[in-house]
Amino acid sequence: MLETKILEALQSVKDPEISTVSIIELGMLEKIEIDLPKLTVYLLPTFLGCPALEIIKANVCKAFENFKDLTEVNVEFLLSPPWTSDRITENGRKQLLEFGIAPPPQFITETGEWQVDCPYCGSIYTTLENLFGPTACRSILYCRSCKNPFEAMKPMANL
Amino acid sequence: MTNTTNEINPSDSKNSPNALHELLFQLADDDFILAYRGSEWLGLAPFIEEDVAFSSISQDTMGHATMFYQLLEGVVAINANDLAHSRPLTERRNAILLEKVNGPGHYLVEPRYDWAFTVVRNYFYVTAKKVKMDALKKGSYKPLAEAAVKVNLELYYHILHWKTWFTQLLKAGGEARTRMIAAIEKVAEDMDGVFNLGLCEKEMVESGFIESEHSLKQQWLRLMNPILDELKVTLPPFAMKSGNGRAGEHTKDLEDALSTLKEVYELDPSAIW
Repeated sequence: MLETKILEALQSVKDPEISTVSIIELGMLEKIEIDLPKLTVYLLPTFLGCPALEIIKANVCKAFENFKDLTEVNVEFLLSPPWTSDRITENGRKQLLEFGIAPPPQFITETGEWQVDCPYCGSIYTTLENLFGPTACRSILYCRSCKNPFEAMKPMANL
Repeated sequence: MTNTTNEINPSDSKNSPNALHELLFQLADDDFILAYRGSEWLGLAPFIEEDVAFSSISQDTMGHATMFYQLLEGVVAINANDLAHSRPLTERRNAILLEKVNGPGHYLVEPRYDWAFTVVRNYFYVTAKKVKMDALKKGSYKPLAEAAVKVNLELYYHILHWKTWFTQLLKAGGEARTRMIAAIEKVAEDMDGVFNLGLCEKEMVESGFIESEHSLKQQWLRLMNPILDELKVTLPPFAMKSGNGRAGEHTKDLEDALSTLKEVYELDPSAIW
């Protein structure tokens, strides 16, 4: 079925900086509209200033190059609903961990604290070094047990 | 247009296109120039973690500006890139506070930037931006209301960041506190320009896009007063000493910034970077 094939193709589009996680696993895919020969893919931007968005857009179009029925592929970014970190799938969280990035912790509103386990040794003795990391969606932490610095996805919640 | 009824359909922006343009230009231009000023700190911030954090915040802020320009694309039929680069000084709607240089010197030649001024300007501004986003979320123009929800999610971290700097430097006493108090005075002199909604304020409020300047300012004070009290800071009265950016009044600081910003665009308007 065409829809299944389209989703498979979208599953092959990875985060340009995290090669193990697809845009579907990141929860960026909101919906698709098939109106042969046209396909529109609606994505939710993680962060508005993310420079990877344009790359993702181009990679989505590339993923459908061999689809003979689809001659027109559009990618649109939607602002609503806003992307939140709880959209990352179970598998996505696993893949992030495998890549060495801790998946986003739950947002604890009362205290504003996060509990992030070290992606290398699993220790809970970690400290936040910098809320802001190498990309908009990540923070830098440090593991007091295995003494490794590591990154975690920022929790994003619509409070 | 032959229909001249006074009825306002809140979801229809066409009833007050000028007010909507003005509001979007103010939001876009504010973020655009402050993100640029933030980017000028790259490599110069007090320590490396701050360099990472501030550049990340500036990147988010530039993303917000781009999104506001994109919302304008639909209304004025000019693409976002041209809106950001090709409009002359007199058409810019940002508050003058946000265009001011980071301090004496130049990015490339002996930058002697003022960190206290940067902390106060950013903290006061992001708090005002938060108040505006909360008002826009409840506003009648749906695309803007949706955008405000999205911006608010990212703003959470910006506020946390600047609040930490603001509180710690003021609590530190000594030179840090002296310089922070001086910076608060400097920022206050032009802070009214940030709340100002320009000539179309009445129309903006009547169309339900946003709340009045007075209301925004009161909410800002409600958020800030407990923090300022705890830090024993008396807020000087706010003014618009350098002029009203919403009316197209600007300083040489903005002129210089735009000429740097536009260098690539002027060489090749279709360049992608």
